[in-house]
Amino acid sequence: MTEMKFILSISFALFFIGAYGFLTRRNMITMLMAVELMLNAVNINFVVFNKYLFADKMDGLFFSIFITTIAAAEAAVAIAIIINLYRKFKSIDEDDIDTLRW
Amino acid sequence: MTKTKMNNYSYISFVLIIPLMVFLITGLFGKKLPALSGILGTVGMLIAACLSYFAAYNYFMVGGRVDGLYPTVIAFKQTWLQFSPSLTIDIGIMLDPISVMMLVVVTTVSFMVHLYSIGYMHGEERYSTYYAFLSLFSFSMLGLVISTNIFQMYMFWELVGVSSFLLVGFYYNKPSAVAAAKKAFIVTRFADLGFLAGILILSFYSESLDFQTIIHRMMDSNSPIFMNANAASFMGVSALTWALCLIFIGGAGKSAMFPLHIWLPDAMEGPTPVSALIHAATMVVAGVFLVARLFPVYMQIPAAHDLVMYVGAFSAFFAAVIACTQTDIKRVLAYSTMSQIGYMMFALGVSGYWGHGGLGFSASMFHLFTHAMFKALLFLGAGAVIHYVHSNEMGDMGGLRKKMPVTNAVFLIACLAISGVPPLSGFFSKEEILTAAFENNKIIYAVGLVTACLTAFYMFRLYLTIFWNKPFPLSEGGGHEVPGDVHHSEAPMTMKLPLLILAIATLVAGFIPFSMYVSADGTAFESEFHIIPALVAVTAGLIGIFTAVFLYAKKNDKPEMISAALGGLYRSAYRKFYVDELYLFITKKIIFNFISTPAAWIDKNVVDGMMNLIADVTGNLSESAKTLQSGKISSYVMWFFAAAIVLSMMIVYVF
Repeated sequence: MTEMKFILSISFALFFIGAYGFLTRRNMITMLMAVELMLNAVNINFVVFNKYLFADKMDGLFFSIFITTIAAAEAAVAIAIIINLYRKFKSIDEDDIDTLRW
Repeated sequence: MTKTKMNNYSYISFVLIIPLMVFLITGLFGKKLPALSGILGTVGMLIAACLSYFAAYNYFMVGGRVDGLYPTVIAFKQTWLQFSPSLTIDIGIMLDPISVMMLVVVTTVSFMVHLYSIGYMHGEERYSTYYAFLSLFSFSMLGLVISTNIFQMYMFWELVGVSSFLLVGFYYNKPSAVAAAKKAFIVTRFADLGFLAGILILSFYSESLDFQTIIHRMMDSNSPIFMNANAASFMGVSALTWALCLIFIGGAGKSAMFPLHIWLPDAMEGPTPVSALIHAATMVVAGVFLVARLFPVYMQIPAAHDLVMYVGAFSAFFAAVIACTQTDIKRVLAYSTMSQIGYMMFALGVSGYWGHGGLGFSASMFHLFTHAMFKALLFLGAGAVIHYVHSNEMGDMGGLRKKMPVTNAVFLIACLAISGVPPLSGFFSKEEILTAAFENNKIIYAVGLVTACLTAFYMFRLYLTIFWNKPFPLSEGGGHEVPGDVHHSEAPMTMKLPLLILAIATLVAGFIPFSMYVSADGTAFESEFHIIPALVAVTAGLIGIFTAVFLYAKKNDKPEMISAALGGLYRSAYRKFYVDELYLFITKKIIFNFISTPAAWIDKNVVDGMMNLIADVTGNLSESAKTLQSGKISSYVMWFFAAAIVLSMMIVYVF
């Protein structure tokens, strides 16, 4: 169990590093990277819980594989969006892109 | 009566459909063919009149009595709204003696007025609109009289009110006409509130809106429905009495009974043929017709029945006194109409129900019939005079008998008829009314007799002032030249012809043995001719006539002396006993100040204020809520995380 707690505290740290990065950075690429960090923290959680609590099942592992796949696709889409935003606003600074509001 | 024979009357619906079609055609397309609309309306009314005569002939002569009674024929009936299996609103056509008689009266007078208006309204800018309104009125009035159902009657009753409003306010650029139209509409509408309440009470207790069913259920004093309606009481008066009194208020409003009469004299602002049609012959007798229609129910409630009698008698006398002092010829005729309708009302009030006891009822219907003819004649004659002189004031007239021989003759006939001089129609009907009153209530009889005397007096005052008195034109002393004799002759043929036809009707209508056809319970009876009451009535009329001849045949100063001698009485009668002022005082000073002003304040400050408050709060809330959507992702994420943390805290520590 101490092993599990140890790994969980890594994923905890990873998640909040991602959150911190997402909140403090203004560069969209950096924010995307921060999101990936958070996703991976979740992945770690899945794997850890599967391994230590339900060792006879494979669900958690499958989830982590799915998330990795989707994260790759998502990154492609997000970068495409960012490129389009850059074309329109000549910037990828999140502060400059605030037209989606009332 | 067999089934096939009953269906024979379905052509009556054309009597209604034709005016409605004429209204639609002239109303929609009249502007393109202005000359045609008059002819179209007149021809349409002629056909309707012929159909009514045919129906009357069939009903009284061919169909005849069944078991000694004229049957009530439902020519057509269609359920329109069904509230419950027993309570429905139907649209239908009911024929019984009074509705057949009213069909004849309405179509005849309406046809005469249509014909007359071709000449009278010639060159009018809104000529086709006028005819459209006239047809609308005819349609509504015909619908009113053939109603099978009290609610159908109410709808047509309102339609009649609307068309009256439109026609009174026909000269809409004249402020007085607009005011008169509004007054007529508001006063009758106010009375109709009573009518509606009465209908609701009556139909609530009798569980039906159908005339026949109501009458059938209410006739039997021992039936549970009647007992229930009579037992339920409000403020010490039974529900049925309330219902009948409220319905009578509606009738009194339309029929210009005191104290709801104030609109009728002002309604004379409309074109004169309209006054002849609506405010003399047809619409104003709707109240009488309504009471006659529900007469068996009124018989059951003596209090409501007496109310009809006293209101009628008082109105008859009151209006006659005012008519003696008015100087506008149409206003004299208006008060005379009110007085004669009062006659019809109190005749209903003194009437019994069975057999000869129903003399008052027959007499009332008879007087309605003859009055429609001679009063329409008087109005149309007055219209011819106004057309000629271009003035309504008696002072501008005089000595017109040479200039207008036809009008003079027919006017004289009508005046003699209304004064009750034999053998003209008014004599017979008025004599029957007075006989009925004499047999039932001596006080009412006395009032009726005095009114008859006053009627003769003011009618001949009117007649003599117009056609005799002083020479025409009034070049000297009259103050201003009246250009009557310069540019036109008496009246075009289209105006003279209706006058002549109505004059003939006035001459012969009295010989119809009315009580053989129209009676309260449907049985026929001979109205015996009593020589003594007839002599008394005629004497009363003659006294009035001779007084008028003495005062007005030649221009002299006796009328002024008498009016000066009467002083306050004359002045208050001239001012119509200050009823208008009283109404103005009540509405302007009391209702406006103590009800309307506070109501307006509450509306402006409380009701509107509440709405404004709600709107302001919502606006402010949304104003602050919309700043949340800033378009900055980081702030959204901040909120998201904060909420997620709070929620997980709650899940962990609270639940």
